[in-house]
Amino acid sequence: MTDHHAPSGAKIVDRHPVLGLRSPLTPAESAAKARKFGSIYYAEHWLRKLKGYGWTVVMTSVGTPLVYLFAMGVGLATLVDANSNASLDGGSAGPVSYLVFVAPALLATAAIMVASEENTYSVMDGFKWHRTYYGPNASPLSSAQLVNGHVVGVSVRLLMTTGIYFLFLLLFGAVQEGTGWIMIFSAALAGLAFGLPLMAYAASIVEDKGQFAMVQRFVVMPLFLFSGTFFPLDAMPLAVRWIGWISPLWHSTELGRIVSYGYSEPGVLTVVHVLYLLLLCAVGLYFARRNYVRRLGK
Amino acid sequence: MTQVLASNMSIEPSRRFLGSLYSGNVRAVFSRGVKATWGTNWAIMVSGFVEPVLYLIAMGIGLGSLVGEIAGPGGEPIAYAAYIAPALLAVSAMNGAVYDSTWNVFFKLNFAKLYEGMLYTSLGPLDVALGEILLALLRGAMYATGFTAVMGVMGLITSPWALLMIPASVVIAFGFASFGMAITSYMKTFQQMDWINFVMLPMFLFSATFYPLSVYPEPIQWFIQALPLWHGVELLRQLNVGVFGPDTLLHIVYFLVMILLGLVLTTFRLRKLFLK
Amino acid sequence: MHNSTAPEFVISASNLTKKYGDFVAVDGISFDVPPGEAFGLLGPNGAGKSTTMKMIGGVSQRTGGDLTIMGLDPEQHGPEVRAHLGVVPQQDNLDEELKVRDNLLVYGRYFGLPMSYLQPKADELLEFAQLSDKGKARVDALSGGMKRRLTIARSLINDPKILLLDEPTTGLDPQARHILWDRLFRLKEAGVTLILTTHYMDEAEQLCDRLIVVDKGRIMAEGSPAALIREHSTREVLELRFGSDRNATVGAELEGIGERLETLPDRVLIYAHDGEAALEQITARGLRPITSLVRRSSLEDVFLRLTGRSLVD
Repeated sequence: MTDHHAPSGAKIVDRHPVLGLRSPLTPAESAAKARKFGSIYYAEHWLRKLKGYGWTVVMTSVGTPLVYLFAMGVGLATLVDANSNASLDGGSAGPVSYLVFVAPALLATAAIMVASEENTYSVMDGFKWHRTYYGPNASPLSSAQLVNGHVVGVSVRLLMTTGIYFLFLLLFGAVQEGTGWIMIFSAALAGLAFGLPLMAYAASIVEDKGQFAMVQRFVVMPLFLFSGTFFPLDAMPLAVRWIGWISPLWHSTELGRIVSYGYSEPGVLTVVHVLYLLLLCAVGLYFARRNYVRRLGK
Repeated sequence: MTQVLASNMSIEPSRRFLGSLYSGNVRAVFSRGVKATWGTNWAIMVSGFVEPVLYLIAMGIGLGSLVGEIAGPGGEPIAYAAYIAPALLAVSAMNGAVYDSTWNVFFKLNFAKLYEGMLYTSLGPLDVALGEILLALLRGAMYATGFTAVMGVMGLITSPWALLMIPASVVIAFGFASFGMAITSYMKTFQQMDWINFVMLPMFLFSATFYPLSVYPEPIQWFIQALPLWHGVELLRQLNVGVFGPDTLLHIVYFLVMILLGLVLTTFRLRKLFLK
Repeated sequence: MHNSTAPEFVISASNLTKKYGDFVAVDGISFDVPPGEAFGLLGPNGAGKSTTMKMIGGVSQRTGGDLTIMGLDPEQHGPEVRAHLGVVPQQDNLDEELKVRDNLLVYGRYFGLPMSYLQPKADELLEFAQLSDKGKARVDALSGGMKRRLTIARSLINDPKILLLDEPTTGLDPQARHILWDRLFRLKEAGVTLILTTHYMDEAEQLCDRLIVVDKGRIMAEGSPAALIREHSTREVLELRFGSDRNATVGAELEGIGERLETLPDRVLIYAHDGEAALEQITARGLRPITSLVRRSSLEDVFLRLTGRSLVD
């Protein structure tokens, strides 16, 4: 590749009377950098945007754990712990308190809520209302890099959320084992496992006919309620237990319970949890990229 | 009488109470809303009924297995599902009314500019406000009927008084809707609208919905008793088992005052927004 | 150009075709654009202008034909091609959640440009776009014309030698359009190659050195605005209005006046080298139009001649 702009040799002119400052990079150099770091560039943009509504982000990541931990971990716990019939498996350590039981589920739920917020209207906004994806799409970035950058940005926000949430869990005494911090990542993974397929779906929507409200009611809500969040999955009849099995929330919560208080389950199942979450991420990423490339390349 | 007739015939400004705000034509706004709802988003509307039912099944059965029985309004132990069911009904009345009177109104006010179009006609802002609220209440009444039926099927209804939960939840919804609309009229951006959620979530979780108030220290109990949702939850809970006390009246009065204040404030705000 | 490998044309399209299913949006068009030229695609909505622009911009795959930008095929060298370009799309796609100046910085990063360059460059471009005092404003607080200027400023952040402008002034008021034209004219004078689509003939006449008239995905004519008018129209046009009932029937009575006659629903156009003389002939025949106007031929007349339709419908 040669640069066709500057006269051959060095860049002599640094400032043009009309065009002003000249670019320090040739188009070929720009393209090479974009090919390498394009995803990071878009993530940078994404995080700058996040800073714009920083207050909301902070309020959600601090307010949500406080509210849920008080309500479920303290309020509801007094009922459950008072009932001697209820016994929550804590592995070798014997039964655990309801707060400790519910904490990993609350953490993963928070991640899923953030993921569903960041992968619905804001994705559609990029294609439809403000068309913000079409700006970077005309730059050297590729459509797939937009997807990557978005995912990096969402991951940062997820880890911020689960990180802060974990601190609150410690504060409430909801974590028993030293390995509990792994939950920060297993919960964020649940966010991605749920968020990436949702992102792919959002990218495929042309007309807003309230699809996201339907997703909220028929997907997010059932997952939240039937994934062994507030009670062990076995407490439900077999007819609805399958919701938990396909739910990233349940798989992540089970992982969280293992690292947080030594909940015992066959090792094979643990491997299944991790693989299932990774599989959802991979499938979601694949379809998200496909849908972005198709739609932006029309 | 003749004077009223004369003033209605002429094009002089009406001297009726709230003349410039209200034209007595709520029906036009209401029927437009019904048409729009039936035409485009009936699926979403129907789906709104599902949410409290899911909560009832999950929490009532699943969590109920951990909690066991709990003391009801009269002190008699009742199943956990029967304990939370009226509370979930109150929450659903609140959520529906708040959504319809905040997000929905906010969008129409600031983006669709629907109201501006309506106000170019003979309709007054109060017609518009009442029409929207009425629509929200109709929807709320339908949800409440459906939910009460589900409760019946699950064997959670033991008293004929429970049927009164349906009109009572409409009253609860009216209270939230009239207030919600007034508050929305102050909102300018989406970020501000997010604050509504910050208020709603704790109110939902803390208002004796899933466990009795007695788990809290006393000052917090007082605070929660000042919030509207707690009164709604308690009212429906009492109706469900047919056990009443002097506080029943207090709950009802609370909502009547809320409705009245909300309407006055909404009218005042609409006058300010539209009749500059 | 000193460089021996430098192509003769910055853009070269041959038999370029784009189909969406059965619909042919661009139907085998060919053109070449030398460096520094202001090249226009003139045509009505749906003529295939925007589709052509997207293919040049390396964001839409062609169905057939050949296309090179700076000697590169955008399908193989998408990022390289796009790094050469500044793009002003038909609809603004600024990030309204960012401040005005941040929009420029963020966009510059997509080209791998360092902040040490972008910070002063952003200020310079804000001045160029007459938005210096708006740097910290929210984008949604800007007027339509300001947003458009910000979009142009953004397209210049990488100091491109080729600027693609898709309907740059559609929807703007006359004053905002003139400000924009002035800015574009300066870029052209500085040697930037401008490729623009428009359905405004005055815009095409003002800015374009050469243009192609496109209709239904095909090129109808090619040349400079003046040459196109010379070739496809007369020097002057006489516009007559006889009232909506008479316009259609008056044709026979105007027989033999001027070179050519076009009957439109609201008026009758007589193409003549001398408009005033034609008008005298008409009054001599005892015809009394309600209004009459003599003007120079424009690209609108060229388009009407070539397609039988008006540009803006």
